[in-house]
Amino acid sequence: MNWLTEYVRPKIRTLLGRREVPDNLWQQCDACEQMIFHRDLERNLRVCTHCGHHMRPSAAERLEWTLDAGFSRIELPKVPADPLRFRDSKRYTDRLREAREKTQHEDAILVAHGAIEGQKAVVGAMAFDFMGGSMGAAVGEGIIAAAQLAVLQEAPLILYTASGGARMQEGAISLMQMPRSIIASQMVKEARLPFITVLTDPTTGGVTASFAMLGDVQIAEPGAMIGFAGARVIEQTVRETLPEGFQRAEYLLAHGILDMVVSRLEMKATLARLLGLLRGPVQADIIKL
Amino acid sequence: MRQFLDFEKPIAELESKLDELRNMSEPEGLNIAEEVGRLSDKVERQLRAIYARLTPWQKAQVARHPERPKAGDYVAGLITDFTPLAGDRAFADDAAVIGGLGRFRGRPVMVLGTEKGADTESRVAHNFGMARPEGYRKARRLLELAGRFQLPVLSFVDTAGAFPGIEAEARGQAEAIARAIEACLDAPVPLIATIIGEGGSGGAIALAAGDRVLMLEHAIYSVISPEGCASILWREAAQAAQAAEALKLTAEDLRRLRLIDQVIAEPLGGANRAPAEAIATVGEAIAAQLEPLLALDGATLKARRREKFLAMGRE
Ligand SMILES: [Zn+2]
Repeated sequence: MNWLTEYVRPKIRTLLGRREVPDNLWQQCDACEQMIFHRDLERNLRVCTHCGHHMRPSAAERLEWTLDAGFSRIELPKVPADPLRFRDSKRYTDRLREAREKTQHEDAILVAHGAIEGQKAVVGAMAFDFMGGSMGAAVGEGIIAAAQLAVLQEAPLILYTASGGARMQEGAISLMQMPRSIIASQMVKEARLPFITVLTDPTTGGVTASFAMLGDVQIAEPGAMIGFAGARVIEQTVRETLPEGFQRAEYLLAHGILDMVVSRLEMKATLARLLGLLRGPVQADIIKL
Repeated sequence: MRQFLDFEKPIAELESKLDELRNMSEPEGLNIAEEVGRLSDKVERQLRAIYARLTPWQKAQVARHPERPKAGDYVAGLITDFTPLAGDRAFADDAAVIGGLGRFRGRPVMVLGTEKGADTESRVAHNFGMARPEGYRKARRLLELAGRFQLPVLSFVDTAGAFPGIEAEARGQAEAIARAIEACLDAPVPLIATIIGEGGSGGAIALAAGDRVLMLEHAIYSVISPEGCASILWREAAQAAQAAEALKLTAEDLRRLRLIDQVIAEPLGGANRAPAEAIATVGEAIAAQLEPLLALDGATLKARRREKFLAMGRE
């Protein structure tokens, strides 16, 4: 804790009265613990203005920050609800309802089409705040729909991942989203369209071990936790302390698993540049003329 | 000495009595043969009763039975001229994934499997069937080789999952699994996967995204182990039985969900009680499933395989 949280913030609260202070007027950075004005944080795409820490945004923000104004979100296919009639301490149907109320999304992915600096693109963004971004049938269908739309529009497909892994409440159906999402990536590649994955914090389990790792270009945000197995499981299995920076974006870059680690503030420009460079045939025609 | 599972206790007691009787010299006034016959019938009745109503968690125990036939046993029993191939050509040979060329009923095939090992020494050597990236990259290499030479692929899956290790992550475990699944989907030859014991998550589907997926009656196939699921959703690994129930991981559940194609019946009391019989039954099932696929060309196989996976979970 720094002095600002302990001292200044309570003072503001007393001054204005508890209820009138918007909870999000100030926000504390998880990494450096400094307070940031909400407006400044928004303007900086939720990247800490003090230390550069990338906070987790919503899927809707991802789409806004990536696509030019005027993009449109597509409605995603409906899937059978709760095929396993799964219940732990809560019913899966209740968890789904709560997540829908909280996020205002149908499930853990949003898909939109539009343009990135004028170049058409289909963009999907996973919502970590929807049941940990877990991949069940709805996410699988979302990725397939995004791929089909990209092929139809002859547009590149960009997928932002953020996921704790499989949707356990859908059992083996969630496991089958691994091959299904891979088929989606194949459709885009077979149409000779760029397939770019942007791995954000966190991306683990079945999402990492499927479409996320099959990008023509694989980008990650700084500091993002990316891996297959969970750190705790690994620690328990090998009984070793994990190395510094293990499963972070920079670690994966150093191990040859990513093409680049790109700041969120540079992401749109980077994607636009890549799309321009990968638009091979068009450029070739210009040269021929 | 046969190993018994917890719920097989009544059978263990009866069978030890049987052993005693068989080793006894004929005492006065007792017809041993008659008594042995009576007890044997009782064992069979008990086995039938217990195995007809196995809970999903009990099935998980049977699927992991140490004496259950392993991938290598199926290869030994079903494949002639087996010629193992090794290595991912980049880093190492991973013994958790076995593979190679051979003949199935005379026809050249490519064989793949995850091997758990049968005793302490071989279990360690095969890393308990938990593959590292090298294993999945070897699988991918062999799948591609099979495609080039038009060899049908038979895979035998039995793994708790991919190995969770520091080095495995550093060398791209996730990418290796993704590419292996992709190689399965891309194979221009028939691919028949059989879940013979444990089908553990990504490490299993890496070898099982095939035209036909068969499962032994007491095998399990799941996105997460019951223990793992319990510790996350119930915050207690002891709730594994409840998690096993909820996950719908038995062969019959998966067939009902239309995620697998066929359930293969096991000998009474599980494949571990009559390995040769179990292996022969699996051979029959594979032969029957393979036959119609042999008539299809690579493009058709691939297209149908894709349709099959795309249709999964849809109404
Ligand atoms: Zn900060």
